Amino acid sequence: MGLLLVGAVVAWLVVNLIESPAQFMTVFVLGITFGSLYGLIALGYTLVYGILELINFAHGDLFMIGGLLSGTFIISIFDLQGGKVWYVLWPLLLLTLVIAATLCASINVGIEAIAYRRLRNAPRLAPLITAVAMSFILQGIGLIFWGPRPTSTNNLVSESKVFDLNGFSVTWNKLVVILVTAPVLIGLIWLVQKTRQGKAMRAVAQDMQAASMMGINVNRTISFTFAVGGALAGVAGILWMIYPGQMRFDTGFQTGLIAFTAAVLGGIGNLKGAVAGAMVIGLIQAFNEGLSIGSPGSNWTQSIVFSILILILVFRPEGLLGERTPEGQ
Amino acid sequence: MTSARGAASGIKRAIAGVGTTWRSMPAQTRRWVAPGVALLLVLLFPLYRSGLTGIPGAGRYFPDVESMIVMLIFTMMAVSLNVVVGYAGLLDLGYVAFYAIGAYTVAVFASTQFGGTNEHPRTIRFGAIAPESLPGIHISIWLLLLLAAVVTAVLGVMIGLPTLRLRGDYLAIVTLGFGEILPQVARNGDDLFGTGFNLTGGSSGITPVDPPGFGESLNSVLPFLPENFRTAENSARLFYWSALALLVLTIFCCLRLRDSRLGRAWVAIREDETAAAAAMGIPLMRTKTWAYAVGAFFGGLAGGFFASFKSSAFDTDFFFQISIFILCMVILGGMGNIWGVIVGALFLSYLDRYGLNTLGSDINGRFGTTLDIPKYTFLIFGVILLVTMLFRPEGLFPEARRKAEIEEGVHDEPLYEESLYDTQHE
Repeated sequence: MGLLLVGAVVAWLVVNLIESPAQFMTVFVLGITFGSLYGLIALGYTLVYGILELINFAHGDLFMIGGLLSGTFIISIFDLQGGKVWYVLWPLLLLTLVIAATLCASINVGIEAIAYRRLRNAPRLAPLITAVAMSFILQGIGLIFWGPRPTSTNNLVSESKVFDLNGFSVTWNKLVVILVTAPVLIGLIWLVQKTRQGKAMRAVAQDMQAASMMGINVNRTISFTFAVGGALAGVAGILWMIYPGQMRFDTGFQTGLIAFTAAVLGGIGNLKGAVAGAMVIGLIQAFNEGLSIGSPGSNWTQSIVFSILILILVFRPEGLLGERTPEGQ
Repeated sequence: MTSARGAASGIKRAIAGVGTTWRSMPAQTRRWVAPGVALLLVLLFPLYRSGLTGIPGAGRYFPDVESMIVMLIFTMMAVSLNVVVGYAGLLDLGYVAFYAIGAYTVAVFASTQFGGTNEHPRTIRFGAIAPESLPGIHISIWLLLLLAAVVTAVLGVMIGLPTLRLRGDYLAIVTLGFGEILPQVARNGDDLFGTGFNLTGGSSGITPVDPPGFGESLNSVLPFLPENFRTAENSARLFYWSALALLVLTIFCCLRLRDSRLGRAWVAIREDETAAAAAMGIPLMRTKTWAYAVGAFFGGLAGGFFASFKSSAFDTDFFFQISIFILCMVILGGMGNIWGVIVGALFLSYLDRYGLNTLGSDINGRFGTTLDIPKYTFLIFGVILLVTMLFRPEGLFPEARRKAEIEEGVHDEPLYEESLYDTQHE
């Protein structure tokens, strides 16, 4: 049954590839772009889940706050819209990125200290409900400070084409998203696998008590994990303001759910899995919305993504690449 | 002086008299006095409301009857969600789906939705009070309420069967997923799968929906049964009393269920799933599915009645925020304790429908500010939920048993043992 479904999807993709290769490739790049954004957010879910086994519902909304904050910097403070020259645009965008990442990291650490730390020994539902509450609070903050209408940037990074091959084209603003994401992901994997702090994170994730007996400061390690996740959400926020360039107080919640699906798809707690899952989800979304032959269309994207989520949770809760799950043990 | 003393002693004697009567009452009766008095007060509310609004200052804070109807419907949903979350300990983040399915079931069968075209009108009627000339399916709302509840319960079982194997937070995510898929189906339902079949009216929804009523023939025999709730003179009161009747029915059923064999099985599962299954021989899946079915049944009933009351069903009825809102009521009141949940539900839905707006305009009027209160509801409900979880996770009026569970953490494996590191490294 499962194989049949996958076979049908592959056949559908092949038909589209043969019929209109240029469109297929353009949609493919779009999928990778969204996949990068989802990946940055999904890592935040997976990092926290790996260490606390908590679904941090507020993470998507943190990404929203990051996007709206950088939107304010881009639009009002630095005034970067309308095609500025590159030596003004790029340093200031980089500065905005650093500011957004720092602010989001601090907010995330604050959320952990206020809302989650007290409940570390409570039954599992208690921190989950608290996370939902934090999500509401962040949405409320977004609504109060930025209003119910979307904040959007226009003509921030050039939308001209990098190249054009018989209709297969890539625009600069999409390329920037991919180009920024790649080093961030590599840096993260280096951080977790090669540094001392990363080792501490992995130790705490494996066994909190044993880690503390080895002299690891558990609270500080957890705070650090939240800081890393928050910074990634901030980066995703500013990239989202570059492409697709529009953010509203409830954007984060929806996007967060999709990113969470990506994390579950890749095997929650597994960093590489989260990125792989995000790419798959990004591609599914792009193919569904962009291909012309027999695609259900953007009206159904959410349903498809959440159906995948439910199917994965019911039939393969350890995800595609698998790692720790509360179900499997 | 003497007359005052006389009055005082009179009052004292009256109180003593009440006390004696109270003590002489059997415990069985005594238990029902407080709910009975509360019910009487609520029952007569539309009659004395106009008197209350005359109180200077506070008068404006008494809700109107329309708001009270919505509050009662939300209370009904909170009480039925309590069966799922409070009794059985299954966190459901997509509860709104049940309520919206109930609403759509009633709307489809009591509106002009399937009226055919102008040239070929189609009419199916069964005990309905809508005018004969109106095309479409029109079935008596009383029957439809039952149908809505049953349809929703069946759907609850269908959603539950594959997913209830999952534990805790995974189950919450799956229910949330369903809660996100169903509104999209409703929104795209005006052209399902490109066939042009219009089931749900898409984003324009289904409206108008028939009101409840007893019809002309019954009305002529028994004149106290109103013919049509919406056109009746005291329309709001009729809706109010029928909402109250449905709520009392829900409360009664949930109370009886709690004390039944099934209810005790729910509590056992909530406390320790493994022990319940292994030592007590409780069939896990069947018991959990029953909790889902019961919660869905009354949720569908509430949704169906709401659709008939506001005469519409829209895809926006499915908002995730409504699920969280109802969950807030259950948690604030005290999971598991019906009376607590009722208080929590009435309080929060009162704030939402009436209190916050009145308070906001009062503040604006007094301090000359221009606060836009609906803007703050997200924040306010988030803070209420957060503060409750942090400082009183068992809710305002906890059930004794649930309180013990939360303090000792027996429901689920605590995430970590009492930690060594908390004190050592700080």
